[in-house]
Amino acid sequence: MKVYIRSSACISAQNTFGNQGFLTDVVEYEGTRLRAIEPDYKKFIDPKQIRRMSHVIKMGVSAAKECLINGNVEMPGAIITGTAFGCMEDTVTFLTRIIEQEEELLPPTAFIQSTHNTVAAQIALMLQCHAYNNTFVHKGMSFESALLDATMLLIEQEADNILVGGTEEMVDTSFTVLTRLGLYKREPVTNLSLYDHNTKGTIGGEGAGFFLLTDKASADNQAELLGHTFFYKPTDVEKRITAFLYEHSLTAADIDLVITGKNGDTRNDAVYTQVCDSLFKNTTLAAYKHLCGEYTVASTFALWLAANIVKKGVVPKAVLQTPEFTATSKKILLYNHYQNKYHSLMLVSAI
Amino acid sequence: MSQSVYVAGVGVISAIGNNVTEHLAAFERGEAGMAEITLLNTIHRHKLPVAEVKLTDEELIAVTGPTTHNSRTALLSLVAAREALNDAAIPNLKELRTGFVSANSVGGMDKSEDFFVEFLADNSKGKLKNVFDHECGSMTEIVADQLGITDFMTTISTACSSSANAIFYAARLIKNNMLDVAVAGGVDALTKFTLNGFNTLMILDKEFCKPFDEHREGLNLGEGAGYVVLVSDKVAKTLTNPAYCKLSGYNNSNDAYHQTASSPEGTGSYMAMKGALAKSGLQPADISYINLHGTGTQNNDSAEGTAVKRLFDPNYPPVSSTKSFTGHTLGASGGIEAVFSVLSIKHGLIYPNLRFKTRISDLPFEPETKYLKGQDIKHVMSNSFGFGGNCTSLIFSAV
Repeated sequence: MKVYIRSSACISAQNTFGNQGFLTDVVEYEGTRLRAIEPDYKKFIDPKQIRRMSHVIKMGVSAAKECLINGNVEMPGAIITGTAFGCMEDTVTFLTRIIEQEEELLPPTAFIQSTHNTVAAQIALMLQCHAYNNTFVHKGMSFESALLDATMLLIEQEADNILVGGTEEMVDTSFTVLTRLGLYKREPVTNLSLYDHNTKGTIGGEGAGFFLLTDKASADNQAELLGHTFFYKPTDVEKRITAFLYEHSLTAADIDLVITGKNGDTRNDAVYTQVCDSLFKNTTLAAYKHLCGEYTVASTFALWLAANIVKKGVVPKAVLQTPEFTATSKKILLYNHYQNKYHSLMLVSAI
Repeated sequence: MSQSVYVAGVGVISAIGNNVTEHLAAFERGEAGMAEITLLNTIHRHKLPVAEVKLTDEELIAVTGPTTHNSRTALLSLVAAREALNDAAIPNLKELRTGFVSANSVGGMDKSEDFFVEFLADNSKGKLKNVFDHECGSMTEIVADQLGITDFMTTISTACSSSANAIFYAARLIKNNMLDVAVAGGVDALTKFTLNGFNTLMILDKEFCKPFDEHREGLNLGEGAGYVVLVSDKVAKTLTNPAYCKLSGYNNSNDAYHQTASSPEGTGSYMAMKGALAKSGLQPADISYINLHGTGTQNNDSAEGTAVKRLFDPNYPPVSSTKSFTGHTLGASGGIEAVFSVLSIKHGLIYPNLRFKTRISDLPFEPETKYLKGQDIKHVMSNSFGFGGNCTSLIFSAV
């Protein structure tokens, strides 16, 4: 059985949403926090509801709807999302009120919308979709866990046209706390020079990426997802990658393009350098976190990028880290890790 | 591909006991776990009863040994997951592909609440170690590390159906030949966040809850953790003790009605139960007992009752809500009640629905109020429904 990406949609700090050039108009930011470029939500959500919805719900629902429109599908066979932090804005609001109002006279709305499954639930509610609905919340592997659920549903023949995505919002509180925890650079930085610093820390991002998966071949499909896997605290990443490629009857030489999750943090990037220097010396390399920032579901940006590269037959200049060694990129390996604990691989191919 | 998935071990901690044996004894005595709040520092103390695990964090650490974070969520999870894994006593576990699929809805919120008090006054203050592992996934990771599970782990959060979905996902990982063994279930600790949240919804009973009673007035919050150890056919054959039962059916459907309320017809609940029956190849008449979601709120019990009626009328199996003992343990409830369902099959038990007096006027059935043992229990259905319309039913079957 084959798994195809029928369509995708991505809201990020770049112009990735809607009918725009493919990363031709790159946005430069100063500082360590990249905010998502918000689309016109009125196109996707009832204006009365927009006011009540937090940032992550709006991004998630809009990206999900755009993905369905792009795939020309009205009702998905399942809705599966991933998010590590869930609905931070509502969580912080409710927690703040508990403390400031000493647990008295609290309004319920923020609590109601604070549960991690709110985005998937709101998508189901808007579509009146009674199908399978799940939400994964496992740190940097939240989207990967959701993607595994989606591909299993296809294999099990339980559903088709599965809507799977990842969402994460950065609010002031999380940015302050994550900065104190040392995740972001301490010196002034612009995103486009992220990889020149050679210091600790990265830049934070946010966004929502959704994909419609099907096992039905069609010339309209964007890409084929040949396989994906993720693993915890590997001691032998190169072996894991080689074994993963072997499972799909491939070797490193068959890969036209490797997109890594390089994020400019020296502690983070060493493993990418090691793998690329050993396995992919002669392979075209790309990176994307200078465009969208680091967030727990940043791999949705990478998958959106890869699906578009194979469909459009062009690698945006903004992501290239080396010269292009092949005329076209038909087989792409995505390699991402989250704090060097969770590593994920995805293999995307032209249809 | 493994055709069946077996339950090889169980572990549970809640307000009525710190392990499986204590739970069985509490059920037999008909002893509920609700009481005045003693551990949570809240203005609702003396006003709202809750079902707290009767161990402080320090006492839990004495049982688990120290972990890296010590959120109550992680500690409760570790107690029950370790009991389940020890109970399963799987030979040559180290050579098998083992996963941990856990669920929760609060993550490390108990510690984040402490952090936030100081942080709110001055955002350069607050101990970072209290917020470092705030995420739901961190709870799973801490416990997996303690259990020595590295092959696979993930975390699910679909509000009150979370751990039923974790069990279901883990079973599919085994069926898809990705794992041989999976510890699956979930946990939640009581926090001010959830207590105040449910209080704003005005669905907390100021007395002990009365699930499925005409005069029910809401739920009592509880806390705890429940895990089952699922194994493939191949591993089941190697077990020293026979497997408890198999997980024969499961379904996840969405009510798609309202963010927190259930539809009057119980659409999502009906679809989940019906789908689980279809998956297991069973008819409604085959079900020996239903462990209801049965929170004790007007809305849930009415919707769930209607869905049960639509599916089972006129032949109702015995039904009861064990939340009348444990309170509503939120993200843990599906795991805890899965353990109860498994024990129901193993020991031929039907649990009493405490404090039931008056049948709901619109329903032609009522819950079992007596503790029954020595029953012939072949198939148990366990319901878990949550915010966001997330409805999941599991069916466990004797082997």
